[in-house]
Amino acid sequence: MIQFEHVFKRYPNGREALQDVSFRIDAGEFVFLTGRSGAGKSSVLKLVALLERPTRGSVLVNGQDTGSLPARAIPAYRRRLGIVFQDHQLLMDRPVYDNIALPLMVSDTSYRDIDKRVRAALDQVGLRAQERALPLELSVGEQQRVGIARAVVARPTILIADEPTGNLDHTLARDVMQLFARFQEVGVTVVIATHDMALVREFGHRELHIDEGRLLGGASAS
Amino acid sequence: MTSPFTYFARHLQALLGALGHLLRQPLGTLLSIAVISLALTLPACLYLLVKNARAATGSITEAIELTIYLKTDVSLERARQLADSARARREAGRVTLISADEGLAEFRKYSGFGAALEALQGNPLPHVISLRPRSDRADPSSIASLQRYLGSWPEADIVQVDNEWVRRLSALLGLLERVFQVFAALLAFGVLAIIGNAIRLEISARRAEIEVTKLVGGSNAYVRRPFLYLGGLYGLLGAALAALWLIALAAALEPWLLQLARLYGSGFQLVGLTTEELGGLLGGGTLLGLLGAWIGAARHLSRIEPRQ
Ligand SMILES: Nc1ncnc2c1ncn2[C@@H]1O[C@H](COP(=O)(O)OP(=O)(O)OP(=O)(O)O)[C@@H](O)[C@H]1O
Ligand SMILES: [Mg+2]
Repeated sequence: MIQFEHVFKRYPNGREALQDVSFRIDAGEFVFLTGRSGAGKSSVLKLVALLERPTRGSVLVNGQDTGSLPARAIPAYRRRLGIVFQDHQLLMDRPVYDNIALPLMVSDTSYRDIDKRVRAALDQVGLRAQERALPLELSVGEQQRVGIARAVVARPTILIADEPTGNLDHTLARDVMQLFARFQEVGVTVVIATHDMALVREFGHRELHIDEGRLLGGASAS
Repeated sequence: MTSPFTYFARHLQALLGALGHLLRQPLGTLLSIAVISLALTLPACLYLLVKNARAATGSITEAIELTIYLKTDVSLERARQLADSARARREAGRVTLISADEGLAEFRKYSGFGAALEALQGNPLPHVISLRPRSDRADPSSIASLQRYLGSWPEADIVQVDNEWVRRLSALLGLLERVFQVFAALLAFGVLAIIGNAIRLEISARRAEIEVTKLVGGSNAYVRRPFLYLGGLYGLLGAALAALWLIALAAALEPWLLQLARLYGSGFQLVGLTTEELGGLLGGGTLLGLLGAWIGAARHLSRIEPRQ
């Protein structure tokens, strides 16, 4: 569950990225975050991931007010979240396997469990054969799937993705979306920021539309 | 939930990762370690110098002798009693009594004035007690207190001891010890700065990795760990190299020093680092490395936050 209550975000340069944004995403929902470039989509996701803090208002995640989380509690909070970004942010000098294992390495998961879960995640994104490859030996679409596998390997309850299909052709983009849809089917809350209106229409999930920092539609579940 | 095995394995992994980083840039690693080792070698050398000088003067003070000239009217019997009470002192090593007659006989024998001395009426020489302090009580203050004690005898005329230069040398060594301490403190700061800087460079080179690790929920402790191991390894390897320098230096200087000692008729032996001192050097180096890394990491890691 993600809930924004009258959230304002002003960046240090004075730019008002979000203004009075309120919405609620229920557990297990699949929601698209849409809007023009610069509208504030990434800002919403950054507030959820605690990469940024709201200037005003509150962000509640799974019933907890993130504003009251002390800095030292942030790592544990992020471990319960799956995050996928457009430029995948993979470690280029580590094989696929190690990249996917990273969220488990930073927790105290045993090596046996890590192996089990990494293999399960590799199967889910169809990269079992490439586990020893370096990211640069993969296609862009495959790299994106590594990023997704890394986001889901720790079995988060919430999965947020920022333009996960930005670099992909339509077929690949649809494959990736279907992957996200499968996570929703097993109960994960999925929030995806995207430009790709064709995909949004095709998948037909609720759409939160932002324009110039203001929420124009989809504030509550229909 | 954390099993001790998982915890231990994570640390082992961080340690191996740090070792791997060092080995992947052998030249840079070697340079840093060489600089650290020099900064550690300098005070260690000074320390060994003072230690050896102390050992050398120790063997020289064994040759110190106190000579007590008794007043001429003291009887031989009383002189024997006094020699016994001198012997009872803790500081006393070998105590010998040379009676006036023995003294005269010796003098006659060695001086060549035999005939002239025949003209003397009676014996003008006093009884003399000669005392050698025990080697472990030959420090200046023990000798001074012994001298005060002997001088307080009403029967003693003069108590002679030639230890002025020992006292001066000891003061000089004390000064050198101070210099060693100041140097050690200054160079410890130097080592901290070198390691802190190496860690800073390493952190900025691995910025992307740190950002991603924090993004997926890596705590500060987790992110810091490999850098602490890196700093500890720098310190340990620097100290080990410093120990090698010291051994090489001692080997190079030893023949020359022994020759010098022989000229002075001293049984001087070069003393190197004991096992404890070697352990102290390695442990101290490692601690400095950890501390330098901790400071570097605290300053630079907190500034790196994931962004998107
Ligand atoms: N760190 C920052 N510092 C200053 N301004 C920022 C920062 N991040 C974003 N902004 C500004 O805030 C506004 C919203 O940015 P945001 O990244 O949320 O938009 P977006 O909807 O994700 O756009 P895009 O589709 O291009 O990714 C933009 O005008 C942007 O310039
Ligand atoms: Mg964006």
